[in-house]
Amino acid sequence: MLRVDRLSAWYGEAQALREVSMRVDEGEIVTLVGRNGAGKTTLLRCLMGLHGSYGRTTGTVSLADEDITGLAPHRRARRGLGFVPDDRGVYATLSVEENLLLPPVTKGSQEPWSLKRVYETFPPLRERRRFPGTKLSGGEQQMLALARVLRTGARLLLCDEPTEGLSPLIVQQIGEILREVKAAGVTVLLIEQNVHFAATVADRHYLLAEGRIVESLDNDQVREREHELLEYLGI
Amino acid sequence: MLQQAFNGLVGGAFYALLALGLSVIFGMLGVVNLAHGAFYMLGAFGAFVALDSFGLNFWLSLLLVPPLLGVAGIVLERLFIRRLTPLDPLYNFLFTFGLALILQDLVKREYGVSSQPYPRPPALDGTVDLGLFTYPAYQVFVLGVSVLMCVVVWVVLTRTRVGMIVRAATERPELTGALGIDVGRWVTPVFGFGIALAAFAGVLAAPMRAVNPLMGADLIITVFAVVVIGGLGSVFGSVAAGFAVGLVSALGNLYVPALSQILVFILMAVVLLWRPAGLFGREEAFR
Ligand SMILES: Nc1ncnc2c1ncn2[C@@H]1O[C@H](COP(=O)(O)OP(=O)(O)O)[C@@H](O)[C@H]1O
Ligand SMILES: [Mg+2]
Repeated sequence: MLRVDRLSAWYGEAQALREVSMRVDEGEIVTLVGRNGAGKTTLLRCLMGLHGSYGRTTGTVSLADEDITGLAPHRRARRGLGFVPDDRGVYATLSVEENLLLPPVTKGSQEPWSLKRVYETFPPLRERRRFPGTKLSGGEQQMLALARVLRTGARLLLCDEPTEGLSPLIVQQIGEILREVKAAGVTVLLIEQNVHFAATVADRHYLLAEGRIVESLDNDQVREREHELLEYLGI
Repeated sequence: MLQQAFNGLVGGAFYALLALGLSVIFGMLGVVNLAHGAFYMLGAFGAFVALDSFGLNFWLSLLLVPPLLGVAGIVLERLFIRRLTPLDPLYNFLFTFGLALILQDLVKREYGVSSQPYPRPPALDGTVDLGLFTYPAYQVFVLGVSVLMCVVVWVVLTRTRVGMIVRAATERPELTGALGIDVGRWVTPVFGFGIALAAFAGVLAAPMRAVNPLMGADLIITVFAVVVIGGLGSVFGSVAAGFAVGLVSALGNLYVPALSQILVFILMAVVLLWRPAGLFGREEAFR
């Protein structure tokens, strides 16, 4: 589904990614773990085509065997990339419902979620559909950001720390949603510091350090090394 | 007093129309269009030339001149502004400033600095009895049509998909692209529309204001104050501040004539001290 080949990225003169190569297969949930500043967000933004205004990049990114390296962000989105940014990206000047309806439905990928299904899955969004998006609580905003890309029928979700700062109950709910979309065939690349949570939802994990992929782990390895990893991540 | 307040609202209508276009353009392109006043002036001259050389009356000018200048704006955006946008904002600042001077001087060369006469449309030549006082029909028309225009823009911005995209792109252009919307495609028509609004105000101004090459430059400084008071990029703020500034300066004229020239700027300073992002601006705009 997703293939990244020797991807490097710079902020001005400072290199933030160093020849990152990785892949995510169709229907997999793969997490990206690493300390603050390791380059996780930078990697996700590169995949979305959003790094251009900060500095140069080298390497290639392909989606379903198509090279998308030079494509503008909106073209990547229309090919089925669903972006959930680290700040959730909820618009204050759009109502909750407008936030959901803004991104166009992409053609011929996953079954797009209908507005009805979104509201059935996330009742608080229906209750507040006329409110400005930013009037929602943090957890509800995260639901909104997820629902928004599911509604487009995206086939690969790029989620930047969706559980950060949320209560265990909501983290659990997000886990359920991720398992549900995985069951429907959606692929997910997830940035996640909560390695315990990561091991419960994901298939595989990449450990990123100083802009490099230093290890590739499976769930058993993560469970065995949970304490060591948590200590390393400084949590 | 009431009559003076009404004068203020009519003056405010022009501020509102110009500030509205300026604000939408700034929101969507991040460009402070210093040539906005020049397009207002060109709108008035367009009406004058249409009548003088082609015999087209006011109503036809009101219908034809704004779209024509809007198309000129589209060409301008495609040829120049788009190329300068990725660079430092200063480039577009200087470009639109230079353009304003060039347009002014071209008109000056052709028509001189004295004001050109433009008659009121005969249908609106009389006065209207407003109950407490009578008022020139044309001015009542200007106020009505400006308010209507602002309402239409407001409805389009808040109730349509295009408006939703414009709002989203204004708030977070980069994210809006990442969600699958080709923001660049909407930038050109928005710029053209803002210019057309300025030209519309210019045509409206022709029968009641002096039509001369400097009419835009004189007005636009106040309009910038209006946009700052309303909050950069806030459409609602620009319109509200437009009418408010019109009222304040008209009443200021009546009660404190000595201050009338600087009253608007005092108002701006007070608003900025109280709310640095303007009345309806959001602090995030400064990120
Ligand atoms: N806008 C920026 N300008 C300059 N450097 C940046 C910027 N954003 C991130 N960086 C740097 O790039 C590195 C990776 O950051 P980031 O991708 O945000 O890490 P993570 O998401 O893993 O915490 C860090 O060293 C950070 O300081
Ligand atoms: Mg990050």
